[in-house]
Amino acid sequence: MTTTRDIHVPEFLAGDEFSIPTYRVLTQEGTLCEGAEAPTLERDEARAIYRAMIATRVLDERMMAAQRQGRLSFYMQCTGEEAAVIGATAALDEADMIMAQYREQGALVYRGFTFDEFMNQLFGNELDYGKGRQMPIHYGSRKLHYMTISSPLATQIPQATGYAYGQKLAGEGQCTTVFFGEGAASEGDFHAALNMAAVHEVPVIFFCRNNGYAISTPAIEQFAADGVAPRAFGYRMHVIRVDGNDILAVHRATQEARRIAVEHNKPVLIEAMTYRLAAHSSSDDPSGYRSRKEEEAWREKDPILRMQRWMSDQGWWSDDEEKELQERLRREVLEAMKRAEKRPPPTLDTLVTDVYAEVTPALQQQLDALKAHIRRHPEAYPKGARFLDPELSRTDDEGES
Amino acid sequence: MPTMNLLQAINNALDIAMAEDEKVLCFGEDVGGFGGVFRATSHLQERYGRARCFNTPLVEQGIVGFANGLAAQGSVPVAEIQFADYIFPAFDQIVNETAKFRYRSGDLFNVGGLTIRAPYGGGISGGHYHSQSPEAYFTHTPGLKIVVPRNPYEAKGLLLAAIRDPDPVIFFEPKRLYRASTGEVPEEDYQLPLGEAEVTKEGSDVTLVGWGAQMEVIDKAVELAEKDGISCEVIDLRTLLPWDADTVAESLLKTGRLVVTHEAPQTGGFAGEIAATLQERCFLYLESPILRVTGLDTPFPLTLEKEYLPDHLKVFEAIRESVHY
Repeated sequence: MTTTRDIHVPEFLAGDEFSIPTYRVLTQEGTLCEGAEAPTLERDEARAIYRAMIATRVLDERMMAAQRQGRLSFYMQCTGEEAAVIGATAALDEADMIMAQYREQGALVYRGFTFDEFMNQLFGNELDYGKGRQMPIHYGSRKLHYMTISSPLATQIPQATGYAYGQKLAGEGQCTTVFFGEGAASEGDFHAALNMAAVHEVPVIFFCRNNGYAISTPAIEQFAADGVAPRAFGYRMHVIRVDGNDILAVHRATQEARRIAVEHNKPVLIEAMTYRLAAHSSSDDPSGYRSRKEEEAWREKDPILRMQRWMSDQGWWSDDEEKELQERLRREVLEAMKRAEKRPPPTLDTLVTDVYAEVTPALQQQLDALKAHIRRHPEAYPKGARFLDPELSRTDDEGES
Repeated sequence: MPTMNLLQAINNALDIAMAEDEKVLCFGEDVGGFGGVFRATSHLQERYGRARCFNTPLVEQGIVGFANGLAAQGSVPVAEIQFADYIFPAFDQIVNETAKFRYRSGDLFNVGGLTIRAPYGGGISGGHYHSQSPEAYFTHTPGLKIVVPRNPYEAKGLLLAAIRDPDPVIFFEPKRLYRASTGEVPEEDYQLPLGEAEVTKEGSDVTLVGWGAQMEVIDKAVELAEKDGISCEVIDLRTLLPWDADTVAESLLKTGRLVVTHEAPQTGGFAGEIAATLQERCFLYLESPILRVTGLDTPFPLTLEKEYLPDHLKVFEAIRESVHY
């Protein structure tokens, strides 16, 4: 529906007339901002969120180190964005769907994905739910309502609109939250997703992690506008910008967004302003495109530090607990990594399963030919050769996704 | 003569093209100051300015649509798609627009100046989305030219030819060889012909056909075969569209046997087109069935990549099968 106000001289709107405020509750010192409402987050929930943030940080540090040691082919860190991802996840119902981009492992940590489950995927072993088919960090969990990651950017955004439309029809009061970066928001899929969500009144939360960079490309070269948030107006959609390093702001904003989505069947766009403290991935070196000084300035705005200060002030967290937790998590990550590394890869048959619901006769022939080839050259295919003898290919326990 | 790796050769070709013609522009995701995630466009922004070498927003359909418009205007865009796996949002712009621009307008307009560069192929532990060889989606599209170099020397000469060619070209770069393949590359400007295959090795018993990174695999297989006393003729197709059937047919008339290999899945792969054309042209000269050595008909895997890939042992066995039919 278009508006009908007439004008009779050519008055243009400049495109910069909307200025979007940023919702902030906590100062960097961990105190409440002046005028901020009292937080609704309670002690136990706050502690659970904080533990998930620390666990994500520890996981990321250890796995990046493992990648540097050559134990892992690839890794991506959530570092600096833990409050945005975990604060949002904590505000959802645990049965709400999450469709992430690839840097949102914090959501899985919060929902209870175990270190063993992380490691099985990272090492692509026989217990990996994805059957060793995708690069590290492409997690998925049906039981935790977390869609398996796909590397192509923004493809999950219109899918989230469709998924949430199905949830609306099912009438069970669930919604979908889709995470993506400010770079992915440039893809056509983003625009298609928002427009369809608004037109069809879909309970979906579009959560943009505006972390400043798409690999090397700074946000200033990504869009001329005031961030991603103003685009919501073009689709007539609710929108809020939050300080993404402020756990209380992210949590409260997402709670409210969920209420709008589920109670009113309206999509909401949240733009969380944050910073990708780590490299894009283990294959990237940011020293080629941004300064140490810039990174240091953001390190001082570390979302974990801010939450820790607030928790301490509340008397909800102590240094001793911090130390104990960090040590325990480091140990658990290392133990899980060692277990996963020892696990063999998925069987050779997994090359051809899941292409279709049933293996086609033609694919079976290709697999048989491959097995015959490996039998002739077992030394050249150490992983594949292991499964030619049925005795060796038996696994003792199976995972559950 | 300087030694370059494949990336340096590409960078050198872009540098020469931009220095020679100010209408040449290079752009794409991260290609500006950073010089691309593989550094193929290193220093081009410094040398030619931000107006001619720049980062685009992260939108492949936009990159190619923008490039189509630029080319229609008379500029010479060299657009980078960061990985060939990510070319699909631009599929509509390439298949319905790039390929048909000249034809649909009766040659009033064309986008012949356009070159699209994209790294392709496996062998780098990249899983589904950093390993694919999508050439056959595009070889099914009249109006495009598809070029794939096998080494630094070829990359420079073919890329310069692609940029200056009067038709739009998709230039698939074998990323596994970006740093792994090095060789002597002349400093000066030179071009290699598009649409012409090259016989890289002469032989009499069997003809091997491939392109890009698969040529290295063929060479290893041929080494094994020659130890067995099998004389192999090797052909690098270099351009897949329009492709040089004459050179392959001439070879096949001599050897009577043909093995074609590519990394992409078998069904609908470009090897099928080659086999069909050659059996039409050389039927009575064939001593054995034309064989294809390809990836399986599955998405590109990760953990079992080694098993999946059409490696030198699989090519070697096909050579033996062809010769001992």
